Amino acid sequence: MATTGTRAAAAKGAAARRADLPFGPELGLRRDQLIEMYRLIATTRALDERMWVLNRAGKVPFVISGQGHEGAQVGLFFDLRRGHDWLVPYYRSVAACLTLGMTPREIMLAQFARADDPSSGGRQMPGHYGSAARNIMSQSSPVATQVLHAVGIALAAKIRRTDQVAVTELGEGASNQGDFHEGLNFAGIHRLPVIIVVENNGYAISVPASLETAVEDIASRAAGYAMPGVIVDGADVLACYRAGREAIARARRGDGPTLIEAKVTRLTAHSSDDQQTKYRTAADLAEGRQHDPLPRFRGELRDAGVLDGGLEERLAAEIKTVVDDATDWAESQPEPDPATAERYVYHEPEA
Amino acid sequence: MAVRTLLESIRETLAEEMRRDPTMIVLGEDVGRKGGVFLTTDGLWAEFGEDRVIDTPLTESLIVGASIGAAVNGLRPVPEIQFADFIFPAFNQIVSEAARLRYRSNNAFGCPITIRAPYGGGVHGALYHSQSVEAYFTHVPGLKVVVPSTPYDARGLLRSAIRDPDPVLFFEHKKLYRSVRGEVPDTDYVVPLGRAQVTRPGDHVTVIAYGLMAHYSLEAAELVAGEGISVEVIDLRTLRPLDTETILGSVKKTGKCVIVYEDNRFGGYGAEVAAVLAEEAFDYLDGPVVRVAGPDVPGVPYSHTLEDWFMVDPDKIAAAVRRLAAY
Repeated sequence: MATTGTRAAAAKGAAARRADLPFGPELGLRRDQLIEMYRLIATTRALDERMWVLNRAGKVPFVISGQGHEGAQVGLFFDLRRGHDWLVPYYRSVAACLTLGMTPREIMLAQFARADDPSSGGRQMPGHYGSAARNIMSQSSPVATQVLHAVGIALAAKIRRTDQVAVTELGEGASNQGDFHEGLNFAGIHRLPVIIVVENNGYAISVPASLETAVEDIASRAAGYAMPGVIVDGADVLACYRAGREAIARARRGDGPTLIEAKVTRLTAHSSDDQQTKYRTAADLAEGRQHDPLPRFRGELRDAGVLDGGLEERLAAEIKTVVDDATDWAESQPEPDPATAERYVYHEPEA
Repeated sequence: MAVRTLLESIRETLAEEMRRDPTMIVLGEDVGRKGGVFLTTDGLWAEFGEDRVIDTPLTESLIVGASIGAAVNGLRPVPEIQFADFIFPAFNQIVSEAARLRYRSNNAFGCPITIRAPYGGGVHGALYHSQSVEAYFTHVPGLKVVVPSTPYDARGLLRSAIRDPDPVLFFEHKKLYRSVRGEVPDTDYVVPLGRAQVTRPGDHVTVIAYGLMAHYSLEAAELVAGEGISVEVIDLRTLRPLDTETILGSVKKTGKCVIVYEDNRFGGYGAEVAAVLAEEAFDYLDGPVVRVAGPDVPGVPYSHTLEDWFMVDPDKIAAAVRRLAAY
């Protein structure tokens, strides 16, 4: 059980391992899968940056997103079975949602709150993603409530013997809520096929981790629930992949839940309504940028010869086209009709 | 036709529904081996096993939150909150999550769970085993709130609740569990949600109540009958959605209405009923709409003298009816 160490130590350890940890076969990842992981991370980042541009241009009133979290999400969840396993997301789960099959167009429909937004039909603030078709649970704004939904989904999977795994994500701030404790406690008792991922970016809006909890690592709390607590460097995509794969396999074979703490960095303010320079120093922000998963993974793929022969440039061009298309297309879609605003308070029988 | 207590009716209905629907599970504190602190789930664990009848830790939020997740992934959970007084740790899950799931997902997700909870005073339960909590939930769109008062209704309403595609709160008055008996057919009948019932026809005053108060209102009607006051009693049975047609029809006939509930008076469920009558039956009223309700103290006190002071009873209802009849 790896339950000690700071983010810096984890990063250092990962860097030390890198020399003797070749890509590909030893992790069971093919070249095309590595490229797909990179595409997901880079696409999420480009979409995310576009959201903020749209906000600053006055086109969308609000953005909450996950720059700095993408590597952890893609790595941890890449081994899930799409459309079979469950993701119970939180508001920074853009990369996780794309990993499980949501499209950039669907993300942008939520940004623009359009009628066909599959997450909520324009009813929720952006960032509250969900997709019934892809087993991505609808989310609310109160934090940590979703942990209990993931536990319940896993309970149903176990009772129904569906072979499904449920994963959920939350921030380290949310991990102080009672629902976190109640959920992990129950998951531990019944050895449920659920993976709880805490993405620790060091801040609950403005409150630093030192004022959120007295423990250094959220993962150490796993001992209280008799489950493994795993720390991963969220900037190390392949380390995240390996941790995710192990936890998924463990859950799938009936050995129970895992708490994973990904040490990540929050590259943006909490949301578009926050100004993080008020409570973070320039040195802290600069240090955070050192833990950006995107340039690091790009560099690793270059070094490994995966991004060669102009592939990096071709991917960048493709991603720009995809994000442009998603933005323009979503913006052109119809807005919700107020005449529909009273619908679906309750089930409506088919006419 | 079989005669059952309210508790027996609920217990048998839970078992029948579990036989009918293999996706139904029951979860809560002490619901398994013990069969519930009131024995409402007695026998279910033995018949259906620990996968479908789950003794949970003392975690009300988990009981409801996990039920929401399980419902999303193909089960039909019927969680029990051991006493309605202990439902508040689950309030966020009920109000922020269960109630809003369908609306916030634009109908992509539903939440078919029925949350059972014993409620009510008059049982020496003091502040924390006597509460009536319905008003907190009747306020919330997306929830349905049901309060049965007879074994017949309990069975028919519980069937409707469990089979309903949306979250239902099903409040069972503790004092009625064993004190009320009634005939319960063996048929697979249902009592639809959202329909009140006129339990005693009358001409002079309408009395609207639910749960234990529906019985006390009938007793009060009997008390004043000899004095020439003809009381029509309505048992609401479902608080949300409210059957406005039945209550408006009655009040337009009698012109006078007493609303009875044992919760605290201020902001209680009866206030909404009064507002509906004021808005939609004003031209028919021959007197003020009157509430008979629990006093505004933070709970039912324990000592029998204090509890009797708190509780609405047939005499208090009858006194209010006499005053209104003479208005």
